Amino acid sequence: MRETRYWTWHMAAGVVIFFLLGLHMLIMHTGGITGWFSPNGGSAVSKANSLARDRMLFFTVTYILLLGTALYHGLYGLRTILFELTLKPAVEKAISLILLIVGLGLFGLGTWAAVGTHALALAGGRG
Amino acid sequence: MPGEAAREVRFHVTRYNPERDAAPYVQTFTVPVREGMTVLDGLHYIKENLDASLVWRYSCRMGVCGSCGMLLNGRPMLACNTQILHIAGTDLTVGPLPNFDIIRDLVPDLVPMFQKHLSLNPFIVREDDEELNDPAGEFYQSPQQLEEYLQFTYCIKCGLCMAGCPTLATDARFLGPMPLTSAQRYNSDTRDGGRGLRREQAGSPHGAFRCHYAGECSHVCPKGVDPAKAIQHLKRSLVLDYLHLARKRQPCEKMHGPGQGQPLANIAAPPARTV
Amino acid sequence: MAEIKRHDNRLGLWGWLGGGRWGLERYAYILHRVTGLGILLYFLIHIFVTNLRFRGIYLWVEGSFFDKPIFKVGEYLVFVAFAYHALNGIRLVLVELGVAVGKPIEPVYPYKTSLTVQRPLLIVMMLLAAIVVAAGGYEFLGLTR
Repeated sequence: MRETRYWTWHMAAGVVIFFLLGLHMLIMHTGGITGWFSPNGGSAVSKANSLARDRMLFFTVTYILLLGTALYHGLYGLRTILFELTLKPAVEKAISLILLIVGLGLFGLGTWAAVGTHALALAGGRG
Repeated sequence: MPGEAAREVRFHVTRYNPERDAAPYVQTFTVPVREGMTVLDGLHYIKENLDASLVWRYSCRMGVCGSCGMLLNGRPMLACNTQILHIAGTDLTVGPLPNFDIIRDLVPDLVPMFQKHLSLNPFIVREDDEELNDPAGEFYQSPQQLEEYLQFTYCIKCGLCMAGCPTLATDARFLGPMPLTSAQRYNSDTRDGGRGLRREQAGSPHGAFRCHYAGECSHVCPKGVDPAKAIQHLKRSLVLDYLHLARKRQPCEKMHGPGQGQPLANIAAPPARTV
Repeated sequence: MAEIKRHDNRLGLWGWLGGGRWGLERYAYILHRVTGLGILLYFLIHIFVTNLRFRGIYLWVEGSFFDKPIFKVGEYLVFVAFAYHALNGIRLVLVELGVAVGKPIEPVYPYKTSLTVQRPLLIVMMLLAAIVVAAGGYEFLGLTR
């Protein structure tokens, strides 16, 4: 049942990523056409526009959600590919553990940066 | 046609004798081919006229027993069901089914496949032992209920799907298309109550979720069983069971005593035919 | 009796890539795998690079480290990979949950399989991916500036 659980959430995460990453791509790569969430005009990835998005709570929340779902989806996908190489059970266990640590570590790091940047951008905005 | 001139086709046959050879090698034979000759006929010609030591496995000669699966021109096929001139011009490669160990020449070791098959309890599972051992009635199924699993019963366990499967190319423990299809065949049988029993194995780390719908099994199946379809339905049932969204179903009951032969009230009307 | 020696005839990684006359879904499968690994690699680097903005370092803005043609091309490749992986992924969700493969039918020769049932979905998704890739190309070529 464990694998069923992992796989079900892998699919669910994929659907969430479809929308969130789709939105991310739309903002980042069609900014020149639509100007969405790029209040300062010009490139969507300019420092001013990045800061403007960091000030919005919506982006902080969705960045963290996207980070979590994408890490889970991606690292489970990698685990699936590695597990199909007929590895020794001990190696499989080690891979699962390493991927879990890497995933949680990166999630912590990314969340810390997203929240911190949000606070910093707001402070900068106030100043 | 009798009397028609034969065409020469070069058979590039994989040979391997475990007592002599370190690794398989390819030996070429020239076979006179007439229209209608199957690959099996060609192999018989080689054995009778060119090299009596060539070994392969076959039995029924008519695509029923599933013994003569081979890799013909890079594709898993039944040797008895494939006419040489349909797939070859001047050259034909004949190899043993990949993803199985080779026992000798064109003979694959199918035992691991059957072991995986057995691990999924490929039979009707019911709790009424007494009734099973001493039947007092018969089961009724509507045509609709029959069609839920009928397609998957046509499997002849030839192993072509296993040879085509990309996951099995690297993952020796993956249960594979044939056993998983069999699990779905019994899961969707209204007489069966063993879905819970098969769940653990079917949803194991080397179970149904290692199928990624490359579709090769359905592509090569000589009986139209469509294992890829069965496995996706199996995944669906596993996910629904996990989310507790599956409809609860009890195995259907037997009909006893007078009135046998009369359709039961709760059996659905026959559906429109699917073909 | 001594154990009979056998030759392991597993195709190995070559078996993932093909090695015969395979169907369309086989290529979709391997491309899904390759694009997934590519996106994951980019994503892991992306986490570190974007996290640097917490320290006020913006490595992607004009004139900084990643503002080079090679990275722009690389980024576009990731975008293409995303377009394919996302749209093919939606097809896979529908297929692997048994929605887009059809119900069991009686196998009558010439056999119809679930591959033909879901094929239109595959084609639609690939057309959509092509449109997204073209739209992204328009942006990446700088035609919008």
